[in-house]
Amino acid sequence: MAEVLEKKESAELFGKKERKLLSDPMNDDNPITVQILGVCSALAVTSMVKPALIMAVAVTLVTGFSNLVISLMRKGIPKQIRMIVQLVVIAFLVTIVEQVLKAYNYPVWKQLSVFIGLIITNCIVMGRLEAYAMGNPPWRSFLDGLGNGAGYGAILIALAVIREFFGRGAIAGFKIIGPTDEFLVNTSSSWLLSWYQPNGLMVLPTSAIFLVGIIIWIQRSRNRKLIDIS
Amino acid sequence: MDNLLNIFIKSAFVENMVLSYFIGMCSFLAVSKTVKTAIGLGAAVIFVLALTVPINWIISELVLGPNGIFKTDLTFLRFILFIASIAASVQLVEMAVEKYSPSLYNALGIFLPLITVNCAILGAALFMVARSYNFSESVVYGVGSGIGWALAIVAMAAIREKIRYSDVPAPLRGLGITFILTGLMGLAFMALMGINPAKYM
Repeated sequence: MAEVLEKKESAELFGKKERKLLSDPMNDDNPITVQILGVCSALAVTSMVKPALIMAVAVTLVTGFSNLVISLMRKGIPKQIRMIVQLVVIAFLVTIVEQVLKAYNYPVWKQLSVFIGLIITNCIVMGRLEAYAMGNPPWRSFLDGLGNGAGYGAILIALAVIREFFGRGAIAGFKIIGPTDEFLVNTSSSWLLSWYQPNGLMVLPTSAIFLVGIIIWIQRSRNRKLIDIS
Repeated sequence: MDNLLNIFIKSAFVENMVLSYFIGMCSFLAVSKTVKTAIGLGAAVIFVLALTVPINWIISELVLGPNGIFKTDLTFLRFILFIASIAASVQLVEMAVEKYSPSLYNALGIFLPLITVNCAILGAALFMVARSYNFSESVVYGVGSGIGWALAIVAMAAIREKIRYSDVPAPLRGLGITFILTGLMGLAFMALMGINPAKYM
């Protein structure tokens, strides 16, 4: 009976459970705001939208594929050395991502510098491997990895949009509001907006940490069951 | 000598791992609930950083560099070798501590294996390569950044022990207020940014 059930479930490519794996990390089970995994890089790379977007894609690819690979290998990995096996798989995938980025987009590679390498120790990747991929079939683990990567990416991009708009008056390099002619809204020539100043704090990494705190505050006041009791 | 002191002060205070680069945040947020465990983890991080940064310097110079034993540029293997050497040395440290000092092992026990995946360890090794330090500089850098990380986590734990008695809004309690506190500490540490110790020596 159990065997039949499992067969039926795994036959579905995008059943209810599979969709839930993708959508849960976006809100109720977000890696950054709920599971507190992978905070390090979220703060350092979000001062502009473009590097944040590339980082989000890189992390999503690494979480998805490392979950897939480990899930395929999960029955052959001895318990004692599983950490090292997982790390080697992750490091291999990150090296591929880094070399591709270095070859095709050198300036962004230079800007992200050590943070691409730090995806290896990004707790999201390890955390999902331990919590999900070690005990679940490959396709679902792959979806779980993609979902968590995307949930991480969503927070990263939200932070980057807020920080770039208030800090530099632009979004993804497109200049919107500022004191010269290059910007869409030229504040120095308009009498209504001449008081406007970009917020210098938003350029510093410290602002990202305040913003994450505020996002957590909003999310938990909307969803009371996430509140910490301790 | 001046240069080494400069690197030490810079890595411990001015360019503090946690509070100015926000590296190693995961365990910083998870393990800073009480001062006692924070001291344990801080000591373990200092020890492991002081050991792995020089080891990784040797690997990147003598094995991966163009002047190394293979005479070719193998830098694309850097991540795999760095993380393998970190995992191996953490394992060795764990076994040695267990054998020679069971009391220290019991104090650090659970934290030692966790250190492998602390971003600060790999981060320090990668920064050491990015800033092209020499051997003695990398030793000092490892010790200095470890001390900086330990100071930050102990300070954070002390604040969190006190904040338990204050009236924080319920949705902000726990994780939320910890983030905002870290931000405030980061702002305070920015005051050190302009310091250039070399000027006064």
